[in-house]
Amino acid sequence: MIKITFYLFALILIFAASRVITVKNPVHAALFLVLAFFSSAAIWLLLQAEFLAIALILVYVGAVMVLFLFVLMMLDINVNSLREGFVRHFPIAAFVGAVILLEIILVIGAWHKLPTPEAATALAAVPNTQALGMVLYTEYVYPFEIAAAILLVAMIAAIALTMRPHTRAKYQKPEEQVSVRREDRIKIVKMPSETKD
Amino acid sequence: MEIATLNLNMLGLLPEIVLLTMACLILVIDAYLPKHQRYLTYQLTQGTLIGTALLIFASFPEQRVLAMNDMFISDPMGAVLKLFIVLMVFFAFIYSREYLRDRNILKGEYFVLGLFAVLGMMIMVSAHSLLTVYLGLELLSLSLYTMIAMHHKSQTASEAAMKYFVLGAIASGMLLYGMSMLYGVTGTLDLTRLAQTINQIANDHTVSVAILEKISEIKNDNIAVIAIGQQITENAGGATAAIAQILSENTDNTAAIAAIKPIIDQTMQSYTILLFGLVFVIIGVAFKLGAVPFHVWIPDVYQGAPTAVTLFIASAPKIAAFAMLMRLLVDGLQGLQVDWQNILILLSILSMATGNIIAIAQTNIKRMLAYSTIAHVGYLMLGVLTGTQEGYAASMFYVVVYALMTLGAFGMIILLSRAGFEADQLDDFKGLNERNSWYAALMLIVMLSMAGMPPMIGFWAKWSVLAQVIDAGFIWLAIVAVMFAIIGAFYYLRIIKLMYFEKAEDKTPIEANIDMRIALSANALIILLLGIMPQTLMVVCLGALGVS
Repeated sequence: MIKITFYLFALILIFAASRVITVKNPVHAALFLVLAFFSSAAIWLLLQAEFLAIALILVYVGAVMVLFLFVLMMLDINVNSLREGFVRHFPIAAFVGAVILLEIILVIGAWHKLPTPEAATALAAVPNTQALGMVLYTEYVYPFEIAAAILLVAMIAAIALTMRPHTRAKYQKPEEQVSVRREDRIKIVKMPSETKD
Repeated sequence: MEIATLNLNMLGLLPEIVLLTMACLILVIDAYLPKHQRYLTYQLTQGTLIGTALLIFASFPEQRVLAMNDMFISDPMGAVLKLFIVLMVFFAFIYSREYLRDRNILKGEYFVLGLFAVLGMMIMVSAHSLLTVYLGLELLSLSLYTMIAMHHKSQTASEAAMKYFVLGAIASGMLLYGMSMLYGVTGTLDLTRLAQTINQIANDHTVSVAILEKISEIKNDNIAVIAIGQQITENAGGATAAIAQILSENTDNTAAIAAIKPIIDQTMQSYTILLFGLVFVIIGVAFKLGAVPFHVWIPDVYQGAPTAVTLFIASAPKIAAFAMLMRLLVDGLQGLQVDWQNILILLSILSMATGNIIAIAQTNIKRMLAYSTIAHVGYLMLGVLTGTQEGYAASMFYVVVYALMTLGAFGMIILLSRAGFEADQLDDFKGLNERNSWYAALMLIVMLSMAGMPPMIGFWAKWSVLAQVIDAGFIWLAIVAVMFAIIGAFYYLRIIKLMYFEKAEDKTPIEANIDMRIALSANALIILLLGIMPQTLMVVCLGALGVS
């Protein structure tokens, strides 16, 4: 059963990943990327790595991809111009592709020589969110607190650098509006009347 | 699931905890203060620094104590360095307040970020794990980037912040890369355990090299290889023990060699990865210190940043960077001392040469002091590279003295500058003696000290590192260092000449707050007084490193 589920999600993942680079419309590409993230999260769940699965969905799908889509939609990209230049750039692209293919072959070639990892199976007794939480708030509480301070500094920095105190924001002052008198707003000027031509 | 037994021992972190709490409090208080009461932020910040210093002093550790699951260490060296960091920042804030107000960048966030930077430095100083070294460094760097960039209206400040940020991020990446290699080989982040594992691997490596040499010498002599096996059982452990075991069991030479071959290969490989890790870690630290060839950010950042921030960056963070060097190289990588000694010698010579020679060509005093910093970093590393406790103490002495002198020099630039005028050209110091002879005398003390003239403390700082270098047997290195010190004296003396023998072009009276004047005078007088009694500071440094 688990094999069928795995192959199902793996197929969806491969399909979505290849569509990300083949569709012409960037918005569609981003949506396919979301699908790819979901499928890989599902595969992680099959490996009982539920923390990574949830983090992937929350961080990447929930925050990063939404921002990505916002930007894409705001930019209003001309889809037709993206199709140009395929032939012109083909030699460079083919070269880069060949290099990457070679690297992949080398990596896979060297892979079977490595000893098999042992650690992964030992964790299954405890859910890994719990296991992470256990060390994060006990053994690693000190780095955890420092990381919190770093995030606070990042927040202070972002506000200090972008907030301009003298903005053009306009405020209402109701007490002045209520107590205003006619003389404050209207000035009556006496002028000699002009004759009609 | 059982919870690992925790060794938090939070009392040792009291200064850090108080500092963090106060920084958060000041942040909130500042947001609600009406505009005309903003000076309270400054006073609270200075009060916090004094409180932190008192707490560090009160909880001064007698020996090494670990806390927070061995990720935090409090030892005499750390406590002394932290005290000096807090002191330097206290002075830096006194100098910078008026400068910032004149340029309309006096904000509460500046002081809050300064406090966070101090926290980052204290974490670095007390780090006992690669993880905390890195996190402390990031906390410090992030605060510094922002402090530079806060001067929105200045193009140069934005440029400086950008350069510092990008180069700093690359350096952090290098440091992390090196740390990941060290972790990959040793499997630990804890500095003491790291040191043990590395000692083991370095030991195995020596044995392996010896065996490989023997094997190439003797081909068919059974007794010889087995004899090696008997020799190395004396200091056995790890791969060495395994090799000894195989050698003692096998009587056939070729079989024995075939059996130990994979173990030797493995050791060689681990050692190579360790060396790569070491190089990347040194790159990261050298960047933070500003040693050549990782110095390119220093002149641009020092010149571009508002002088008050330059003052901040140039003083206390250098002490923290020294602490980082000590924690990583001495506490963690002592086993590779032979290797890092050579790297440091190279960095040190390059820094002394580049810094001292290029500084001569500068017309901007901030830029000139930036190159002078690079040169000083070269001298500072001289003590560390000897690899002895006395050498470390000499370097510690040097870095404290350097921070004190830099504080005085940049404080002087701030004193001369006013709203709309930066006083960052050498010519702005022309005829300072006519304008105010007291300030000229203070600058004279600072410059003589930087040049390393007796009886100023700068002389004793150079003398102590050079003495250690000679003790360690590097007489040629000491000669090179003295040569560059003589070259370097030129540009410090030029400022003295400008102050005393040139006519003043700018006759504006020099005005400053009373606290600024007192602090600056005290700063220069301390340099002079310590120069007359250098043993007071030297005893503190020696004591901090456990040398009596």
